[in-house]
Amino acid sequence: MRAIGIILAGGNNHRMKELSQKRAICAMPIAGSYRSIDFTLSNMSNSHIQKVAVFTQYNARSLNEHLSSSKWWDFGRKQGGLFVFTPAVTAENANWYRGTADAIYQNLSFLKSSHEPYVVIASGDGVYKMDFNKVLEYHIEKKADITVVCRDMDPEVNIERFGTIRMNEESRIEEFEEKPLLAKSRTVSCGIYVMRRRQLIEMIEKCAEEDRYDFVRDILIRYKDVKRIYGYKMKEYWRNIASVEDYYGANMDFLKPEVRDYFFKQYPDIYSKVDDLPPAKYNVGSQVRNSLMASGCIVNGVVENSVVFKKCYIGNNCVIRNSIILNDVYIGDNTRIENCIVESRDTIRANSTYIEEPGRIRIVVERNDRYVI
Amino acid sequence: MIKKEMIAMLLAGGQGSRLGVLTSKVAKPAVAFGGKYRIIDFPLSNCINSGVDTVGVLTQYQPLRLNTHIGIGIPWDLDRNIGGVTVLPPYEKSSNSEWYTGTANAIYQNMEYMESFHPDYVLILSGDHIYKMDYEVMLDFHKANGAEVTIAVMPVPMEEASRFGIMIADENRKITEFEEKPEHPRSNLASMGIYIFNWKTLKNALIAMADQPALDFGKHVIPYCHDQGAPLYAYEFTGYWKDVGTLNSYWEANMELIDIVPEFNLYEEYWKIYTSSEIQPPQYLSENSVVERSIIGEGTNIFGQVYNSVIGCGVTIGKDTVVRDSIIMNRTQIGDHCQLNKAIIAEDVEIGSNVRLGVGEEAENETAPHIYNHGIVTIGEKSVIPDGIAVGKNSVIFGVTRLADYTDASLASGKTLIKAGEQ
Repeated sequence: MRAIGIILAGGNNHRMKELSQKRAICAMPIAGSYRSIDFTLSNMSNSHIQKVAVFTQYNARSLNEHLSSSKWWDFGRKQGGLFVFTPAVTAENANWYRGTADAIYQNLSFLKSSHEPYVVIASGDGVYKMDFNKVLEYHIEKKADITVVCRDMDPEVNIERFGTIRMNEESRIEEFEEKPLLAKSRTVSCGIYVMRRRQLIEMIEKCAEEDRYDFVRDILIRYKDVKRIYGYKMKEYWRNIASVEDYYGANMDFLKPEVRDYFFKQYPDIYSKVDDLPPAKYNVGSQVRNSLMASGCIVNGVVENSVVFKKCYIGNNCVIRNSIILNDVYIGDNTRIENCIVESRDTIRANSTYIEEPGRIRIVVERNDRYVI
Repeated sequence: MIKKEMIAMLLAGGQGSRLGVLTSKVAKPAVAFGGKYRIIDFPLSNCINSGVDTVGVLTQYQPLRLNTHIGIGIPWDLDRNIGGVTVLPPYEKSSNSEWYTGTANAIYQNMEYMESFHPDYVLILSGDHIYKMDYEVMLDFHKANGAEVTIAVMPVPMEEASRFGIMIADENRKITEFEEKPEHPRSNLASMGIYIFNWKTLKNALIAMADQPALDFGKHVIPYCHDQGAPLYAYEFTGYWKDVGTLNSYWEANMELIDIVPEFNLYEEYWKIYTSSEIQPPQYLSENSVVERSIIGEGTNIFGQVYNSVIGCGVTIGKDTVVRDSIIMNRTQIGDHCQLNKAIIAEDVEIGSNVRLGVGEEAENETAPHIYNHGIVTIGEKSVIPDGIAVGKNSVIFGVTRLADYTDASLASGKTLIKAGEQ
């Protein structure tokens, strides 16, 4: 592959509510066994991108732990590999990353020392599969300066938190609005860009000179009439998880057979860090229906229409419905949980009740002491 | 200079013929166990958990699956700059090329490998037992007693002692005598096939005994060391240890994992068992599924009912299928409306719909009653069973079978249907 990868994984926003207190969005657990960044990382690995940089800033402990070894995505290589860049105080600079463009600027030496002609920039909070080679081919064919991957969203999807795009018949982007109050188009940017490495260096340096820090606002939108910026429409499954509703929805999507088939069965696979957990165990009294269960779980109760992540314990007579139970949660006996997201490593006392009305999602954070079972 | 205090040599070359068709294509240590593991994961994990980071794995019989599984040892953190895991198959020499003819002969042929690490001690392990053991504690015992050879033993019921190699030790655990499968055992300390040797003692014994045909640890090397006056000690192990050498013991050991708090607990944080996991997605249990008293591996889809069973990774169990008391290994696909009772189904098997396994009265197996017994139905890897077949107890199926291979769409109890060479 003639490109290097950059994953923008710094972000955080208020739309994730309590869930983002603990970790960067890119480290959010997805679909029982994965974390959000696994999708972009695996896509890059499967597209044979050999060298990938992850820019991270906000509460990166979980993310760093997840990326502590690059071998799971096959980036444990002598040539290339996985680079994690957190903001650092240097002789020239003592700032945090002030924006996505600034993050790239502060690590410009990574771009300058690479020799691959192209760069794939992607956010780490999307759930999708993509062959970046296809985007690159399109980019070259269109003689584009920048190619933006975009997708038409269904009418019922709330797109106010996305950047919307309007293209002409040649797919050249004519209008790009960031988080518009009144969207004029149902086409949103997926936060995936392809461009020449030298072009990127040039533009980022220009931005820095002018004290501009944001990739979307200060490069895509500012240059859209000067540079040839094209849209590449993807039609397959894509979902950004950076709000509680979308996070919940993306996880629940995996209860659909076609989504599971697409991500779990079809080539290529999505990879994640291996946790060496034993198989899930179902004791007498367990009743699990239409649910995903990850390894290391022990189930004694009822679970319906839910996604249960790794290493959870569900006590006797519990009833869990329409909920997401994140990693390593202990749920005491006789507990009822409905329409909730239970934060990882929570300990829920026996006989508790957390019921949210349908259509709403409650985030449960409990820090009780846990006694080893 | 390269130096390792203790290195391990893991004997993984045996066929394990008493596991029948389960080992017709793979060596016994590579047979799946407990949903997602293979038998060799237990000694390998014990090694790394005990701080032994240099392991030579001796392979001979059907090593492909084993080699693929071990790779460069990443799952066990045995990918090391120095040491790590090395697969040691028999090799051609300028003269006297031979297969590994016995357990100790295999070690003898890899003298150079061991020598290169300048070890003080060599740990000999076999790849066919399920247990968790800290070899470092055994080494401490070995050192504290000034032993030259330490043999791990475990107390067995006196009436079963005649099936094992029995050690007779004094009050200080020094071995005074030993008997191989004695008729009237004088002790109940059975050898577990785990030895720590002082490197010099082992080297001398192997060189001295090199010409012995089928050189074996229990039969030749240990007696030789004893005759030479080397102090032999018995290290008593009281934890869980299970030989899974027969289909019934293999079945039992799997079933013990599904107890509420099993004697052999995979869920302990301390002393994890590692394995190579190529299948990572979570498992899906459908609207109408029922799962009770079972363990289930990653990426498995259950649409039917599963009771008292151990299910591997990437398995599909169809609608209205009822699985009881069975072991199903990785990637096996089972159709709808099947009934499976006490079956062991190896990897990559395809079972059609409306298939019933383990029906009817028990009858002794016609070809190998000592292997296929206890009412277990055994299906070898990559077998295919077409729709609507009924299979009796103590029966065995291996290979791609068609309706025409059965009489009246059934295979009676005790029958063997092996279609070799058609895969």
